[in-house]
Amino acid sequence: MQDDARRTFMVAGTLCLVCSVLVSTAAVVLRPAQKENQRLDVQKNILEVAGIYDESKPIGAQYDDGWKKLVVLGHRPNGQPNGEYLSKEEAAVAGIDIATFDSRKAIKVEKLSTEINDGALPHIARRSYYMFVYEIRGEGKDAPLDKIILPIYGKGLWSTLYGFISLEPDCETISGITFYQHGETPGLGGEVERQSWKDSWKGKKAFSDGDFSKPTISVVKGKASGDSQIDGLSGATITSKGVNDLVKYWLGPDAFGPYLDRVRSEQNPQAE
Amino acid sequence: MAKKTNKDVFVEPIFRSNPIGLLVLGICSALAVTTKLETAIAMSIAVTLVTGLSSFAISQIRTTIPFSIRIIVQMTVIATLVILVDQFLKAYFFDVSKQMSVFVGLIITNCIVMGRAEGYAMSNDPAKSFWDGVGNGVGYSVVLILVAFFRELFGSGTLYGHVIFKTGAEGWYVPNGLMLLPPSAFFLIAFFIWGVRTWDKTQVGK
Repeated sequence: MQDDARRTFMVAGTLCLVCSVLVSTAAVVLRPAQKENQRLDVQKNILEVAGIYDESKPIGAQYDDGWKKLVVLGHRPNGQPNGEYLSKEEAAVAGIDIATFDSRKAIKVEKLSTEINDGALPHIARRSYYMFVYEIRGEGKDAPLDKIILPIYGKGLWSTLYGFISLEPDCETISGITFYQHGETPGLGGEVERQSWKDSWKGKKAFSDGDFSKPTISVVKGKASGDSQIDGLSGATITSKGVNDLVKYWLGPDAFGPYLDRVRSEQNPQAE
Repeated sequence: MAKKTNKDVFVEPIFRSNPIGLLVLGICSALAVTTKLETAIAMSIAVTLVTGLSSFAISQIRTTIPFSIRIIVQMTVIATLVILVDQFLKAYFFDVSKQMSVFVGLIITNCIVMGRAEGYAMSNDPAKSFWDGVGNGVGYSVVLILVAFFRELFGSGTLYGHVIFKTGAEGWYVPNGLMLLPPSAFFLIAFFIWGVRTWDKTQVGK
């Protein structure tokens, strides 16, 4: 009796229905709390990569929304200048609200994003024309620039890695890197999260010989030497290569390059 | 065999028939989440909850489940519970859930959960199945926490994030890097099994 085909289907169907209702209810009910956690986690990563995170204080008290600047990248969409901040007027023309703008969602909108078609780098199909950078400054109105934090993302082996890279005001020396979201294999590619590996980026030069047209920083197999090489992760060749490519892309002329040039000339006007 | 009470089915799997010690099940996650006490404890709670509740739920519907699809029905129930636990962790214990990454999801394939469902809950009443599940979960937890205790203490010189042995420039303790790598969990579990089998000779295999 228990194995009659109709009954089998009925039991299976009912079970699936009950289970899916449970799972979807949980997903919907818990979503706001999860979203909030993700938002705080991004802020925590920004603080960490800037090297100013203090575990004893709440994240909200340390993070300053004033650091956040929306920058126009690359291809001069709608005629905005390359590497400049997006002004309120221009934002209105482009039809975006700076306060709620999300560069990840912008990828799905044709006029807000561009295809990345220069082949190898960074294995992602599109990016937004506008990206948030975080210019960390000390307390006070005219405090000098302390760190520049740029969002970076690109494909590893299994997943897209999302993270931040932090630069000193010279726009050349790297002061930190972090990945807050990825799906790489724990223990192999997942080691991008390991503190000692992240620390190995500190003090490295993103560019060499005063040539800022192309980043020279690279993740290499075997022993890293010199100012612009990072030791790759053992057992994670493709993840390491992915990180190499994505850092090169985002610091390069097609992404944040023009922005960095602008900040660099503002920081040391006499060098120009 | 004498009739077992709820207490018996709960206590027995903790030492006498420990799922890791005697049955050597669930080793995979025991290696992965035991570098720190915090994750080990979170994993323990999650597994105990899932084993207890899945055994209870499966036992509740054991007479309705068609024999031919019983395994997949068990999997569905277990998977549902694991997803609920995962969602809950992501909402309220974000840091812990981030550290455990895929291993929460992998509770679905933890042999202990499935083993108790198929081996016990399918043929016993809900209350007993629940206690059997919780007992096995606690048995698993004991080993996990023990292993994590030694790995965190000797691997990083901390316990639950608090510094016990000072390491680094002004410290005296040089952390044992092996303790943070998966093989060390094998050694520790082997010591545990050795200890338990010395204490209880009946567990020694023939």
